Amino acid sequence: MSRENSLVTTQWVEDNLDTPGIVIVEVDEDTTAYDKGHIKGAIKLDWSTELQDQVRRDFVNKQQFEQLLSSKGIANDDTVVLYGGNNNWFAAYAYWYFTLYGHADVKLMDGGRKKWELDSRELVDEVPTRPATSYTAQEQDRSIRAFRDDAIAAIGVQNLIDVRSPDEYAGRLLAPAHLPQEQSQRAGHVPTSLNVPWSKNCNDDGTFKSDDDLKALYAEAGIDDSKDTIALCRIGERSSLTWFVLKELLGHANVKNYDGSWTEYGSLVGVPIALGDEPGSADA
Amino acid sequence: MCGATEGGLSLDGVNVAKEALIQGQVLRDGEPVGNAYVRLLDKTGEFTAEVPTSASGHFRFFAGEGQWTLRTLAPKADPVDKQVQAAVGSVAEVVVAIG
Repeated sequence: MSRENSLVTTQWVEDNLDTPGIVIVEVDEDTTAYDKGHIKGAIKLDWSTELQDQVRRDFVNKQQFEQLLSSKGIANDDTVVLYGGNNNWFAAYAYWYFTLYGHADVKLMDGGRKKWELDSRELVDEVPTRPATSYTAQEQDRSIRAFRDDAIAAIGVQNLIDVRSPDEYAGRLLAPAHLPQEQSQRAGHVPTSLNVPWSKNCNDDGTFKSDDDLKALYAEAGIDDSKDTIALCRIGERSSLTWFVLKELLGHANVKNYDGSWTEYGSLVGVPIALGDEPGSADA
Repeated sequence: MCGATEGGLSLDGVNVAKEALIQGQVLRDGEPVGNAYVRLLDKTGEFTAEVPTSASGHFRFFAGEGQWTLRTLAPKADPVDKQVQAAVGSVAEVVVAIG
């Protein structure tokens, strides 16, 4: 993977609004953002109701994902272009999710909804209708998904990249600061995890930094290129963006996203936790 | 959005006693700006969160104790930074005027 085949510009999207075989999909943390105007022809995916099992904490299964994409009118050979707010935070999550289920051609619109808006490009209210398809998903690609035992086994062994804000990493906040802070789990981070806030991957306008800047960012943070990597955050969305950077833009071989992330790890009984700004040791 | 209430975003459902709230409104020539983005930067200048403003130009953060910076981005305007102090149990109201 590389920047050329995983990322498109806002201009490219504007030039391809009517190109057959391209489906533009908005996935936003604020699931009402689409309803306030969206890119012409774009459809909406709701991460909270459509991409999550509504009973247990997990993703929709393969059959549910097939039904969802079929009903949305997305075909296996379509190019899916994802965009959303907050530097593509949830669009990157959807990108990882589409990759998990083996969709062949998926891309992010660089800068997401914010860049589109700051460019003063057109948003419309009209909701498109797409004829249903018969979508076939692959089995989940577990090589890009980490579970809690993987995270614990990685302490002191693999690169653990905690992408939350410094205050969440240190234990001074329990959630990103636009969400209420009352939470049940403990504060802090997985010992030996390095804090590289997800926002450092992006420029102020939401576009990704250059490959050279990104390489420098992770080198400076102390990532060991010879080791496998697990990215985590609070609920696995922001870390999807870092997974995208490491795996798709920088081409690291083995990068997993731990979607359980801190809301799972910080609720586990008996696991080690480090507090403060330093990674801490594996013996904690 | 003529007639939109200035400031004073409703606190219904928010446990103010346990949160360090920062909230307010983005205005251009006194009119609410509903398509701005407000980012919260910590005391070292590091990004902590970002929200789009509501149709009435409002935004809200649940911060921690201390000094924060609000950076507001909007179409056809230069970014505007404002310092704000947050404390648990209080609401810091901020009006951001963009050019």
